[in-house]
This record gives sequence, C-alpha cells and structure tokens, in this order.
Amino acid sequence: MRAMVYRGPYKVRVEEKDMPPIEHPNDAIVRVTRAAICGSDLHLYHGMMPDTRVGMTFGHEFIGVVEQVGPSVERVKPGDRVMVPFNIFCGSCYFCARGLYSNCHNVNPNATAVGGIYGYSHTCGGYDGGQAEYVRVPFADVGPGLIPDWMDEEDAVLLTDALPTGYFGAQLGDIVEGDTVVVFGAGPVGLFAAKSAWLMGAGRVLVIDHLEYRLDKARSFAHAETYNFVEYDDIVVHLKKATDYLGADVVIDAVGAEADGNFLQHVTSSKLKLQGGSPIALNWAIDSVRKGGTVSVVGAYGPIFSAVKFGDAMNKGLTLRMNQCPVKRQWPRLFEHIQNGYLKPSDIVTHRIPLEHIAEGYHMFSAKLDDCIKPLIVSTPA
Amino acid sequence: MAEIPTPYKAGKPEPKESAEDLRARVPGWGADLDPADRPSYPREQPGIETGAHWGFPERQQEKWPRERSVEHAFVTPVFGTSTPLKGASGAMRRYAYKYSEGRAAHWLLLIAADRVDAWESHLSSFATLRPDNPVTETGVLSEFSRHGIGSRFGKKRTDLRHQWIDPVIVGAPWALAAGGLAAVALRTLRKHRAA
Repeated sequence: MRAMVYRGPYKVRVEEKDMPPIEHPNDAIVRVTRAAICGSDLHLYHGMMPDTRVGMTFGHEFIGVVEQVGPSVERVKPGDRVMVPFNIFCGSCYFCARGLYSNCHNVNPNATAVGGIYGYSHTCGGYDGGQAEYVRVPFADVGPGLIPDWMDEEDAVLLTDALPTGYFGAQLGDIVEGDTVVVFGAGPVGLFAAKSAWLMGAGRVLVIDHLEYRLDKARSFAHAETYNFVEYDDIVVHLKKATDYLGADVVIDAVGAEADGNFLQHVTSSKLKLQGGSPIALNWAIDSVRKGGTVSVVGAYGPIFSAVKFGDAMNKGLTLRMNQCPVKRQWPRLFEHIQNGYLKPSDIVTHRIPLEHIAEGYHMFSAKLDDCIKPLIVSTPA
Repeated sequence: MAEIPTPYKAGKPEPKESAEDLRARVPGWGADLDPADRPSYPREQPGIETGAHWGFPERQQEKWPRERSVEHAFVTPVFGTSTPLKGASGAMRRYAYKYSEGRAAHWLLLIAADRVDAWESHLSSFATLRPDNPVTETGVLSEFSRHGIGSRFGKKRTDLRHQWIDPVIVGAPWALAAGGLAAVALRTLRKHRAA
C-alpha cells in the first residue's frame, strides 16, 4: 500500500509499505477514504516531538471503510463506513471507565502521561497513522463510529479531532452566559472553539492571530471580533483595554507548541527543541484573562519543560483546565449541532491534496501558503 | 473625571449585546447554555457504555522486546508496531527508556536519538534505489505552485522573522556534508598529485 512516511525534520515522502496486519483480536483494518493534516502534525514534521522515528506514517484524522476485522470484533464489519477518533482507547481501564478516553492507560507502553494517538510518535504509542491507504485500528468495538448516512464525508473527517477539540476547549472554559471569551489561534481548532463559545452563551468572542486570512475566516465563520497581534505593541495590554481593564473571563489557547510572537521563545522551542513548546500564547492567555478566570488549553505541547509564567497564574487565582479531547464523548451532541445547522465543519477546508503530493501539502501548511487553513488528504487505493 | 474602569468597582460590565441580539446574529447561540448539555460536564462520568466486552483486554503478541516507560507496570496489552528500534538511535532510545518520564534525561535523549535516526536513515538511503531527495521530500516546490511570494509579501506575518531558519535547518547538514566530502576529495587528489 501507499503511505506517507516521515524522513526526518521537514521531510516526508510517499512509500510502498506492507499492508497493516491484524495484531490483536479486536483490531480492524480500515481503508482510508479521507484524512487530514492537523496543526499538531506540524510538531512532528518539525521534529519537536520526542521519539518520532523515521519511517513512521503520520495522520490522526481520518475516515474510511472497514476492510477486515479481528475475531473478537462485534460492532463493525467489512464494508462499514467509519469515522475514527484520534484517541486510541480500550474502553475498560480506570480512565476510560470514567470517560477520559484520551487518557487511556492500556494503549501506550511508551508513556503514562499521554494515551495512544494514531501516527503521533512513539511517545504516543508508536501507531502508524491514517495518511495512508490502509491503517490498523485497535479496539474496533470501542473507538470507531459508523458515519451516519446524512453526514458529509468532509464533516466526518473533521469530527475525528479538529471540531471536537475546539468544542471541548470551549467546554473546559466553563463559560456562563455573557462571558467574554478570548481565543488565541485562528487555525481549525481555534475557529471551532470560537464558534463553540457562542453555543455555550458567550457574550463576546475575540480571536487573536497574526495571519489576516485566518482572522477573516474567524469573522465570517465564527462571528468573532478579531485582532492581529502584530498590529499591537503588546497584545495583553490591548486585550485589557478591550475588556475595560478587567481581562477576559475565559481564554482558550488553541495554538500550542509552535506559538509565534516572541522570537526567542519560538526559536528555542520550534527550532532548537530546548522547550516542549513555545508558551507565548499560553503566557498571553494567563496574562490577559481576568483574576479568578479560566484558561483552557487545547493547543498541543510536547512533554519537555516550557517557560510558562506560572507565578502569574497562581497570583491571579486562575483555573487552568486542559486535556487531549476525548473525541467520542463529543459526538452525539455535535451530531445534533450539525443537523440543526449550527455547525458546518467542512466550511474551513481549504485544500484537498492527493496522497502522492503530501510533501507539498506539508510544506504549504507549515509555511502557511495559499491561505491554507485545513488541508485534506485524498487517498485512492489502486 | 474619567469613567472608572470595571475592575476598580464591584459591578459587572454592561453586555455589548443582549441575549436576543446574539441569538439572532449567531446560529445556535446558547444551545449549550445548560452545562448538563455539555458532553464533558462533569469531567469524569463513570458508567458510559464504551463497547468494551472485557475486563482487561487480551494481550497483543510482542514480536520483539517492546520498550516501555518505567512508570508502567508492564507493556500495555495493546501497542503500536510502527518502527522498531534499530541502529545507534535505537540504542540511545532504549537507554532513554531507563529514565522515567519525570526526568529530563529521558526526553533529551529521545530528542537526540531522533536527530541521530534522521542521519542514519539519510545515509542508509544512499545504499538503496531511492535515496533521500531534499527537494521532493521537503515539498519546497509548492513555493511555486502555492504562491510562496504572494503568501508572504506585504502580509503582517510574524513568522517571516524566523522562516529563514527552516532551510538552514534542512540544508545546512547537507551543505556541511557536501563540503566535508569535497575537502576530503581535494586533499586526496593533492596527495595523489604530490606523490
């Protein structure tokens, strides 16, 4: 089969690989019909995530058709169209039993601090991902869900990570009616977080980024006020002024490890790998939220230390909430929102790239060319 | 005297828009106002039906000794088999797993092993029919097909301050290796001529 393969920082190519085998009785093999490149794939692509091995196939956002199932699989069968959450989870460990699917303890031998994620380094379990023609899906009775007949395939692929993560980020903010919500980052997750903040009753939603085309999308898609932080000497002071010096009630960090805005922070993390992530957006979040407010973090960070302004968080009495999103828990409610017309996830898709051109896709997304917001990968088996 | 800003007084700021206006302007506004309608409220929800029909999952066969965090009691019953350890980078990674996730040594060794892995793989690719090609594998040709200049010129993008480092990260090792090879070749040639 054809699959994207990592060749070292900033380098990927398509190779012929062996078909993934059934390795556990509850495995399924899925033929991928749509995948996506996620902003967090760029952390791998840039070599930031420890134990990212040459030869791995990335891709944790994908949908497809079940090709083969292991002997203990009961809930899906060959031919079923399935959407697969980016979390690999067993459904039975201490954490899964409490709904914390992203924190599953039975799927990642390489680390206890993070669960299993498709195509996301050995730190997240060493599973190949879905930027390929076929992918192994463990715990097929637990993870994948059938794609409803009424659902658009591009909406379905965005339900495997980007939309649930943005929606989850807004939930972590514990938004109450009338709250002022600031979202750092107008990428896919930030756009969905901003949109979701309204569902939870926000009174104002402000989105911050430095890419004008993404801020345009935040205005049109997420009905948000927008600010380009490049235009302000100090975005924290500006946000204080914009909130009558109070600060926002809730701030969502939808940027994560490669935040821009401070040359030293960015270079020491993204280029020199001396921090687990550039904490610029997180520090801005801590400083621009009001005292007693809530900072929600859904941007992804690596496991190495980062220079976070923890003293300000403590002195301001903040609530810091964060996690990888337990995707499948979000689906029933998100399905309702899509059916009601409140959300149309595929509106943010800007590019559809054949698997063969994935190297160009990664470069375009990484360098932010061609007004790219969300690139999908189209995989057509021979 | 100027208006006293919000935080210096007890009252909450006046909303900029009423709930009615927001409901009219934003599709679905307030649909999840009640926390009970939010799927991750409360954070922990015991008893959700997950589809698991086992107490503890059957164990996946370990086809080679699988490295694991020392914070785990054992290799988890299911694990990825993407890329087994190999070479010098594999030895470094295996050593890194002697340290817990709480130790910087664990992560820094893994990051160092990643760099070694990249070089091992680049070098070994030259012994194959498909050597690494930095032009096609970086996707840099999309600079021409995806408006590389237009996407940057005249834009307020702060990442332009550091994007110049990316080609250095990718290209410098290749340039250094080429320079080193050229120096060795030149020296050999001079020795040969002198002899």
